[in-house]
Amino acid sequence: MAKVHVTTTINGEPMEFLCEPSDTMLDALRGTLNLTGSKEGCASGDCGACSITLDDRLVCSCLMLAVESEGHEIRTIEGMAQGDKLHPLQQKFLEMAALQCGICTSGMLVASDALLKKNPDPSEEEVRFWLAGNLCRCTGYDKIVRAVMETAAEMRAQ
Amino acid sequence: MNLVTNNKWIGQRTIRPDGMDKVTGRAQFAADTTMPGMIWGKVLRSPHPHARIRSINTAKAEALPGVKAVVTSKDIVDFPIEKGAVMLGIQDMRWMCRNVMARDKALFPGHPVAAVAATTEAIAAEACKLIEVDYEVLPWSIEIDDALKPDAAILHEFNKFDGKPSNIAGRLEHKKGDIAEGFKKADVIIERTFTTRPVHQGYIEPHACLISVAPDGKTTIWSSSQGQFMVRAMTSMLTGIPQSDIRAIPAEIGGGFGGKTIVYLEPLATLLAKKSGRPVKMVMTREEVMRATGPTSGSKSTVKIGATKDGKITAAHGTFYLQAGAFPGSPIRGAAGCSFTPYDIPNLLSEGFDVCSNRSKVAAYRAPGAPIGAYAVECVLDEVAERLKMDPLDFRLKNAAREGTKAAHGPVFPRIGYVETVEAAKASPHYAAPLGDGQGKLRGRGVASGFWFNAGGESSAQVNITEDGNVVVTTGHPDIGGSRAGIANICAELLGIDYRRVSVIIGDTQTVGFSNLTGGSRVLFASSMVVTQSTEKIIQTLRERAAKIWEIDPEAVKWEDGAAHPVSPNAGQFEPLTLQQLAEKAPAMGGPIGAGVQLNTQGADGGFGTHVCDVEIDVDLGIARVIRYTAVQDVGRAIHPGYVEGQLQGGVAQGIGWALNEEYIYTKEGKVDNPGFLDYRMPVCSDLPMLDCIMVEIPNPKHPQGVKGVGEVPLVPVMAAVANAIYNALGKRFYALPMSPPKVLEVLEAPTQQAAE
Ligand code: FES
Ligand code: FES
Repeated sequence: MAKVHVTTTINGEPMEFLCEPSDTMLDALRGTLNLTGSKEGCASGDCGACSITLDDRLVCSCLMLAVESEGHEIRTIEGMAQGDKLHPLQQKFLEMAALQCGICTSGMLVASDALLKKNPDPSEEEVRFWLAGNLCRCTGYDKIVRAVMETAAEMRAQ
Repeated sequence: MNLVTNNKWIGQRTIRPDGMDKVTGRAQFAADTTMPGMIWGKVLRSPHPHARIRSINTAKAEALPGVKAVVTSKDIVDFPIEKGAVMLGIQDMRWMCRNVMARDKALFPGHPVAAVAATTEAIAAEACKLIEVDYEVLPWSIEIDDALKPDAAILHEFNKFDGKPSNIAGRLEHKKGDIAEGFKKADVIIERTFTTRPVHQGYIEPHACLISVAPDGKTTIWSSSQGQFMVRAMTSMLTGIPQSDIRAIPAEIGGGFGGKTIVYLEPLATLLAKKSGRPVKMVMTREEVMRATGPTSGSKSTVKIGATKDGKITAAHGTFYLQAGAFPGSPIRGAAGCSFTPYDIPNLLSEGFDVCSNRSKVAAYRAPGAPIGAYAVECVLDEVAERLKMDPLDFRLKNAAREGTKAAHGPVFPRIGYVETVEAAKASPHYAAPLGDGQGKLRGRGVASGFWFNAGGESSAQVNITEDGNVVVTTGHPDIGGSRAGIANICAELLGIDYRRVSVIIGDTQTVGFSNLTGGSRVLFASSMVVTQSTEKIIQTLRERAAKIWEIDPEAVKWEDGAAHPVSPNAGQFEPLTLQQLAEKAPAMGGPIGAGVQLNTQGADGGFGTHVCDVEIDVDLGIARVIRYTAVQDVGRAIHPGYVEGQLQGGVAQGIGWALNEEYIYTKEGKVDNPGFLDYRMPVCSDLPMLDCIMVEIPNPKHPQGVKGVGEVPLVPVMAAVANAIYNALGKRFYALPMSPPKVLEVLEAPTQQAAE
């Protein structure tokens, strides 16, 4: 089958790539574009390890076709820090030990960032429900929820 | 003992050395790696729970364009059954060689039968479909009761119990006193039977590896596991390639919990790479992970406990049947050996039975076996305490094991911290708080305790001072949960420098000395011991070098705050020499500064914890929710409190999943019916409350920093604590896990108390 040519924007950079029509966005990111920060935990939309944003909307890249990124704007974990300056969420995850093995961390950060953009002052319950699509087997979520809430508070104070 | 006091870094919430890579997506896990010329491997798996393999024809698959190699059991080194056990750690290679690839029989659905390497993953998958396997389908059993029936299909004919072929592969017992006499003295005796279902470790990262074999046999393995040395040894044994030719490089590991302490893909990928001459990458799908790796055992346990009116336990008897899956080796030692250990019981018999059936071979899962045993024992204790009208924590205190108590599995306890965990739980704000109003929902509170052996074992470390005066520590065990942070704290503390000047690396098998698995709650205990000794050697060298420069005796030099100083003004007046200055002078002073230590570490103390759990039950829907949880544990010494708490919280979350929702469900064809995260329901963020931790610190006297293992105890008491809380809420007790909504409704609607089976 002939490959499809896709023109898109990833983390602010114009990008072109070829893919099979059946390739997922996660396949394209990891396999073709070598952006392996997004992880595959399930390939069925149940773990959130592959979370990215498509035009600022949080999506599971394993559930999206690569061709659907044509003309749109994709953001991944690799685009979260500004140069060598970490995003406040990244910094807070480090300070508050909100990661253990780290495999869920990219997805957690991308999802938390999407939450704070929508709702800069989420309640604990709102954080928990927003992150319910991101599985973490190591932390029991406690430290992750605290880190997100604390980042939100600091960002509001600025 | 050289316990570090007045600490600057030990006990601080420092930033982990590998943290930056992990929050930016740079960290390389096994599936993130590629190599030039790489091709893809895929596994063909048995659709049957039990079938004799008459023949395998791979001709069509080999002829498919793009296919580069096919392997079957013929390519894997055989460890014949008759020749007896060949052990590697706790694994018998006779089972390992049959688990990675079925030999004469397929023993569970998902059992590998052949593997293919091709230029793309899709071609490899296509080729698997072209392999013709002639199966003779055999009768099978999944559940313990079925496997023990007199007419049950026998998985391994050579396996004898009571002289007859049997699915019971082993029995172990711990005994103390005389239980018949003990029960005679009891005023209250309660005996109950409990069942649990298999649950998966549930690490988010599926198994993956990338392997290259050069024409001269030099093999490089890049994979995620709980031990690169285990990967090297098992791959060597199963492929015949000498260990010295295999370099196993530990990728970052995305969770393990015991489930990555054996190999699945590495031997297959190695053989495919050898045959094809190309590097081979293999990555499991989530479905493959669920069907063919882990889980831990399902179980059936009967526990009988007798006590006098004044609350002294006089006797206890536990019988624990655990599923091994397709090959012998369920964690009966954890179930029979740990579950009564928090208590001083004069007359005790604890028995474990290892039962084979047609499901995937079980793998370790956090304190393997212990949570299963503790669930049964701690529930019965709760009933005894209630019958005696005693507070359940007071009942535990009255019977608590202490220094000098002889445990049934052998040791006489040194100073242990069990009592302190019960007292701390009792004094916690949680235990004192009223349950509050559930607004129509029923609330209850439960407690439970748990024990895990903890382990030491072989560890190696190398500490090198860089030319610019910083530090590189190399250890040999994968960092799953933040152990690098603990090592950095300790090394910086000893050297008296900023922790950011210490970089901690996990060495590959050819660059650091042998180190055993990341498992058994052993890593920080063992690795900090070898790192401490290496760092002390370095400090000795630094003092000698300063002494030489000052032309005084090395004994007259002390190391403090990252620099050499004269011990006192009597020793002379010299400006301190910093680590940096001494590193810069190294070439002229005898050369590079570094030290390595290898040890078989001893003196790991057992770990104890006591948990308090509040639940709220929606009686219309049958949904039980944990609304408050406090985990108390004697952690010895919290080298990095953030990651110690994380271990506690993570274990509790897993236990809540095990208690309330997680289970393997089977179809009537004997296949796993819920092999994905949608139907195998692990706790998500909105299922849980914040999880409180109380760390009791009773330093381990046999460890330079007082460390005790912490990673496993947190899972041990959880199911019992949740079950006891649910009983407290409903007045009805569950004798089976998980306590999922349909089962809760069933119990609520059942007329009698014991109908929960
Ligand atoms: S990999 Fe996409 S949600 Fe799990
Ligand atoms: S940190 Fe391991 S899965 Fe979240």
